[in-house]
Order: sequence, then structure tokens, then C-alpha cells
Amino acid sequence: MFNDSLKQLSSQLAEKKISSTELTTEFLKRIRELNPKYNAFITVNEEKSLAQAQVADKMLASGRAGPLTGIPIAQKDIFCAKGWLTTCGSKMLSNFVSPYDAGVIERFDQAGMVNIGKTNMDEFAMGSSNETSFYGPVKNPWDILAVPGGSSGGAACAVAARLTPAATGTDTGGSIRQPAALCGISGIKPTYGLVSRYGMIAFASSLDQGGPMAKSAEDLALLLNVMVGFDPRDSTSLQRDTEGYTRDLQKPLAGLRIGLPKEYFAKGMSKDVESAIEKALDEYRKLGAETVDVSLPNAPLSIPVYYVLAPAEASSNLSRFDGVRYGYRAKSYNDLGDMYRKTRAEGFGTEVKRRILIGTYVLSHGYYDAYYIKAQKVRRLIAQDFTEAYRQCDILMGPTTPTVAFNLGEKSNDPIQMYLSDIYTSAANLTGLPAMSIPVGFGDKNRPIGLHIIGNYFMEAQMLNVAHQYQQVTDWHLKSPV
Amino acid sequence: MQWEIVIGLEVHAQLSTRSKIFSGASTAYGAPPNTQACVVDLALPGVLPVLNKGAVEQAIKFGLSVDARINSSSIFARKNYFYPDLPKGYQISQYELPVVQGGNIQIQVGKVEKNIRLTRAHLEEDAGKSLHEDFHGMSGIDLNRAGTPLLEIVSEPDMHSSEEAVAYAKTLHALVRWIGICDGNMQEGSFRCDANVSVRPRGTEKFGTRCEIKNLNSFRFLEKAIDYEARRQIEILEDGGIIRQETRLYDANKDETRTMRTKEDANDYRYFPDPDLLPLEITQSWIDQLKEALPELPPARRRRYVNEFGLSAYDANVLTNSREVADYFENTVKHLPTQAKLCANWIMGEISGQLNKEGIEITDCPISPAQLGALLTRISDGTISGKAAKSVFESMWNGELDKNVDAIIEAKGLKQISDDSAIEKLVDEVLAANAQQVSDYRNGKEKAFNSLIGQVMKATQGKANPAQVNAILKKKLTG
Repeated sequence: MFNDSLKQLSSQLAEKKISSTELTTEFLKRIRELNPKYNAFITVNEEKSLAQAQVADKMLASGRAGPLTGIPIAQKDIFCAKGWLTTCGSKMLSNFVSPYDAGVIERFDQAGMVNIGKTNMDEFAMGSSNETSFYGPVKNPWDILAVPGGSSGGAACAVAARLTPAATGTDTGGSIRQPAALCGISGIKPTYGLVSRYGMIAFASSLDQGGPMAKSAEDLALLLNVMVGFDPRDSTSLQRDTEGYTRDLQKPLAGLRIGLPKEYFAKGMSKDVESAIEKALDEYRKLGAETVDVSLPNAPLSIPVYYVLAPAEASSNLSRFDGVRYGYRAKSYNDLGDMYRKTRAEGFGTEVKRRILIGTYVLSHGYYDAYYIKAQKVRRLIAQDFTEAYRQCDILMGPTTPTVAFNLGEKSNDPIQMYLSDIYTSAANLTGLPAMSIPVGFGDKNRPIGLHIIGNYFMEAQMLNVAHQYQQVTDWHLKSPV
Repeated sequence: MQWEIVIGLEVHAQLSTRSKIFSGASTAYGAPPNTQACVVDLALPGVLPVLNKGAVEQAIKFGLSVDARINSSSIFARKNYFYPDLPKGYQISQYELPVVQGGNIQIQVGKVEKNIRLTRAHLEEDAGKSLHEDFHGMSGIDLNRAGTPLLEIVSEPDMHSSEEAVAYAKTLHALVRWIGICDGNMQEGSFRCDANVSVRPRGTEKFGTRCEIKNLNSFRFLEKAIDYEARRQIEILEDGGIIRQETRLYDANKDETRTMRTKEDANDYRYFPDPDLLPLEITQSWIDQLKEALPELPPARRRRYVNEFGLSAYDANVLTNSREVADYFENTVKHLPTQAKLCANWIMGEISGQLNKEGIEITDCPISPAQLGALLTRISDGTISGKAAKSVFESMWNGELDKNVDAIIEAKGLKQISDDSAIEKLVDEVLAANAQQVSDYRNGKEKAFNSLIGQVMKATQGKANPAQVNAILKKKLTG
């Protein structure tokens, strides 16, 4: 059951071989057993989850069920869910019970999926190792000495350790794809604007995008069918015709042109990752695809551009956490200024403060043009590189991360090294392009390796097809650490 | 030294939309604290702004009514600062690219007309309110007002006296009410002025250092604050001092301005484009549609009143101070098209005086334009004298006899004696009884004539048509 695909769970529920209540109970039991070891969840609320399961069972009984009705899904603790503690991994929101549902939560509720718990994450999604969480680090289930990646580390760990059949994540610079790669699961960040940001606590508004995390591309396609859709409460949400993301899964790949950006195969990539990626590309050639060398000359600037723009937006987005209306407030203070200072000094962790400082600096009078405006210009150049590359190929591939998962504590005192773990992923956020990671083997210390697939705008169905065809001839996605 | 005062005004006009600029919460004034603040207004984690189309339309209407440029694309920016009544820690405003650019407002000061140039007008959200009383050393926050749409209208420094500044503010106030984008209620803060004031030696070009006086919520305070501030700056300069650029507050109780914050401790607002909102795109067809729906504007009406009705520029200006007064005037003139001046005099005199006395608006005037028209018709056709008309007016105001003009004239016996033979008879009687005055007049004592008229009027209890009495008496005395 824990290794079953969403399709398998769906048919068992439809055929009444198992009820949603039973399924939910089983996963809750497994979470109770294993979560203390992994720390993947911040909040588990058995009562609320089981109540949802009962609603799902009624839907199943009355024939009103959809394909995912009754199946548990873990929600990243960045999504506001009514009546649930919603902490965003921060002390600042350690007492915040949301009075409203995020657009994403509403969509999964309507589909009849069961919220199995809120997953751990880097504080305010700022981090690549899950070590910045106020609720402690998440362990990588393949090796508890390793980080699971971040910021959606709890989600990746929960799926990999089979604590949930599916999870949501959010991705601002690689926060879905990097932990998916490090934990050996599949994850996709759709084109910016496809998934509602309403109720998704903002880190960097122009980069943030929610997406699903699961065992396989097929599961991701089913989840995207629910997750994608216009939301009038989000001005950056795109109004498009709905499309079925499973529609192209079975398409053969003959004639597919895979672009290999030379900048993503340069020095910095470790040997084990390189050889796993090469093997995966061989597999694609066997499936009838051809590979072409392309170049993204400005892509290496993604990290510096990202670390100007993301902190700039974050410094403003996080201003609302001031201790006035909700969340943490310092216990004692002398006046208003003192209340602000102490609340924010005590409520935010080191990495969040570092980024607020960087962001405040780059937006300051006299520095704005040199940093923020310049970064926006380079951002446009990076996007042009991709447009150019897609003239020569249909899809781009490379490694998701330069190395396998590093050890807990290994980079936590070296922010630059930590930031470089998003070196291949952040361009997709800067450009708004859809991108995903799928498992393609194991490297050093038997830790997982992810293949990064970047599609053109709105080409999610094609990307899922490309990933699914690979998963039909390989079994990396079926491997479980537990 | 002769000093010249230089003034530019920033006006915040609250737009009359039913819901807020970035959320669906109501904008109605006076609700219990925090009952009109939804999750977006409270800036809960994860919420996002969605622009209110109605607010944009009102900004466009304003731009069209001052001949400004409506930018086809404008940008919302975040103005970052911490304050408890600013829930997000930033205000969504417009910075580099506002929706409205340029424009002109014509003002009238005494008999002189003057053009004041506008710099821009941009959309932004209002903050909430901090309440410092009744909380025992703590402060309360009311976020009902947070997110109310504002149009900030910025003028060029084209004004040179408090009188001009007040004339500009009043004209602008009348305009935003005229086109229905702002209720203009200054007590409730719907129309607030900030004044930028500097002084320079008359005849020089270079601007002096300016001070900004915040939140002037009446025309009287605006005038007094500017006068005080200009005097303060001149005194400093004449004593050899220098002006510090700063933001000042006007204290109405003490009639003085004082420092609120200096330039040194001014916030760095770290403006940047709001990534939660797309650029605001405005098509020409949208603009054209709104242009079509605009009412005739005050300057056009003023021109019409002068050209069509022969009113003075002053009268035309007063009557177009509000659309309601102008409409009342036009609806009155309809009933006696050749007597526009008479109508204007009565509306600016009796009607306006009585409205002021009772503190009501012309829309609540107990006398309708048709009823006023009926009264003025009786003056112009000679049925009653102007003096008698005032008494009829009073009765109408009080609702006597269904405000029927003729019935009141009848009941009060105010009908003028306009019958030549009847007046002649009276005049003969008066002349016979006042031989002395007659001979005085004939001997050149002009004053005696007035006395004789008085006698005739007295004999008719004031009901004789004075013009006729005058003519007949003159004829008899010289004849």
C-alpha cells in the first residue's frame, strides 16, 4: 500500500478494497512510527485528517468521487489551511492558526483528497537543506546523516519515506526540485502563474510557484490536474483553458530533441552525478530521442541575480510579521520601536534575517539601480537565452544539483556554498519556465541523484510524457529507503 | 526685502467606490472598529491584492476632466515603512509611472483667473487609524479604513498666496464632487491636503527650501497654516537663518506649525514595483467610453453662463462651485429664461443664505427650482415688489399654503397696485395734502421728491408699483 501509485490507490478505493478512512489511518500510523526519526511533519492532526477521510468515503459511496478522492496528501506548512497551525517553519508563526484556506488547499479539498499533515520546511522557504526550520532539521530517509534538501525538505522526505502518497511543495529557486533530487522522488514546478499563490505565504512573489511532489511522473500529472487553475484572488494567476496533464504520458519519444546546456555540464558537477546523468541520457537516446548541445551564456549569472531579487521581494513580503496583529510578539518591550525590534529579532532565524538585510540593502536609496534594476535586466537576458535554446531543441536536460545530498551541518555555516546548491535550478524561477526533477540513480554513499528537465512555457504535459517514458523503462522511482 | 511665497499642494481624495482598492471589503464610513477589514486588509500571511476596476475608472475620469494624459501602462509600487496601522509594512502606491500625468486646473482669485498645472495623480491605498485614547496607555488599531482607494493629486508649485492655494483646493474639491469620484467630506477625511511651502526673494528664480505641512483637513486650516509657515520662514531668513527641509504638522489650537520629522530622519521607502500586481493597462477604447459618460464640466458651464445667460464671471464661478447648485440654477432659469441674472441673485442671496443658516445642502432645499421660478416670475411680471417677494419666500420656506406663490400673495395681500388710474388718484391726493413739499421740489429741493414717494407708498401700505409711482409723480410735478 505504501509503495502504491496514485492510480493503484485510486482503483482500490473505487473498488471498495479499502476505504479512505482505512488508508488515512494506515498512513497516520506510519507517520506516528517514523516521523520522530525524520521530523518531516510539523503538524499532524489525526482528528481533522480522519474527518476529511470520512467526507471522502461519503463521496466515494455516493459516486461523486474524482480520481484522487480519498487519497492522503501532505501539505507544505507554507499553505494556509483553515483551522490548521500554519507556521511556515518559523517561530514568528508558531502560534498562527489560519482562519482561511489557500487556493491550493481548496482545490485539493474539492477533489476529496485528505490533508494528512503539514510538512516541515526551511523557515519562510529560505534554505536548501531544511536546517533553517524553527522546528529542527528534516533527515534524509536514504541516510539520516544527510540533509533532505530544501526548502520543501519535509515534503520530499515524507514522500520518499512513504509517509504519504503525495505532497505539495513550493519552489522559489529550486525548493521542489532540489529536495526531490536529494530524496530520490519526482517533483515539478509548473510555469509561473499556473498554480494559485493565494494563501501560499510569500517569499519572493515573482518567483514563488507551488507544485506537486510524488513518486512518479504519472502521479505528478494526476496531481497537477487538480492543482492547476485560474484563481481570481491572485493577480498573477493565468486564465487559460484547463488541460489534462495525463493526456500525453504514453507518447513515444522518437524524434524528441533534448538540449544539453553546456553551462550545466561544466566544472562543479561531481563525478557520480555526471555519470548518472550520462546514463539517463543514454536511456533517452535508446527511447528514440536525440541530444543537441546548446548554450545558455547568461545562466551562470542566475545565482547572483536570484540573490538580489529574491531577498529584495522577501524583505518587503516579510514586513507584515511585526507582532501587531498575529504571530509571535516579544514578551517585554519599552515602546513601539522596541516591540518591532525585539519581535523580529526573536521571531526570525539567522538565514531569514540575512536575506531581509540583503533585500533591504539592494532596495535602498542609491543602491537600487546598481542592484535591483541591473538584476532585472540580467533576468531578461537569461530568459532570452532560453528562448534562443528552444529554437534548437524541444526540452532541456541536466543535473538538478551538482552533488548528492550533503551532510547535516556541512554547509550551514557557509551560506555561499549553500546557495550554490541551487545553481542549476534558479534560472527556471527567474524565467518562469516549468521544470522538474526525476530520480535517475544513486551516487556517493548511495545517495539519490536527480535529472533536471526544463520545458518551454506551458509544456508540462510534454515534460511529464518525457519523464514518464523514462520511468517506464527504469525503476529508480520505485526504490524506497524504508 | 520683498518675499514671494511658493506653494504646491498634494491632495488625497478618497474615491467613492463601494469596495476597497485591493480587496472586496466595504469602504462605508463609521462602522465599529475592524468590522470592515477582511483577510487581505489585515495582511494575513499569504493574501494577495486584486485591483478594483472602479477605482481605476475614477482616476481616468479625473484625468479626463483636467485634460491630463492617461498613461496606457502604469505601475503599482510598494512604499515600505513600519507603522502599526499599515498592516503589510508597505503601502501599495504608484511611484515612477502614475496613471494620470499632467493636467490643468483654472482657479479664480477675486477677478483674476489663473491656471495651476498638475504634476500627476496616482492611485494608492489608505492606511488604517491608530487610536490613542481610551486604551489606558496602549494604542488601538482600526483597520476599517485600510485599503480605501485614494487618488493623490499633486500640483506644480504654481501658487503664491494662501488665497490662491485655498482657491485651488476649493476648485479641486468642487471638481472631484462634480464628476462624482469623491464625496469631499473633509471631516471624515475624504479630502485631505498637504502643502509644500517655501519662500524666495521676489524676482528670483531659484526655489527656497520647502517644508511640507501634513494633513490639513479644512480650507481654513490650509489658509492659516500656509500663512503661519510663510511668516515663520521669512522671519528665519530675515534673521540670517536657513530653512531646514522637514515635514511639519499644523496645530489648529495654537495656530502654528511644528516639526514632525526632519529630512535626516525621513524614511528610505525602498520603492519597487509590486510583484503581486501586473502593470495597469488602459486601452483607448476604455478611455473613450469614460469620456462619453463625463458630465459637462465646470469650466464649460461657466463659459455657457457668461455667453448664454450674460452672467458675470464671478456669478458663473459661484454658481458652478457645485454641480447641485448649478443644476438648481439651470432648473430655475428654465421657468424664466430671460431673467437669468434675477435667478442667480436669488440663489446666491436668499437661497444660499437660508441654506447656510439652517446648515443644509441645496439638495435638501425646501423650495424647488420650479417654486422659486414661480416666485421670480411674479417679480418680473410686476405682480409683487422685490421686497414683498422676500416675505413670500419666507412663507414658502416655512411650507405655508403648499408653497403656492399666488395663494400666498393673495392671502398676504401683497399684490402690487399697478393700475395707472388708481395710482394717479393716490398721487393727486398726496400732492393736494402736501403743498409745502410740492413747492420745495419745484424750488429745486430734490429731497422733497423722495418724501412724496414715501407718502404714496405709505398710503398703499407699500403695494404700489414703485416704478409706476415714480413715473406718474414725476409727470405730475413737472407737467
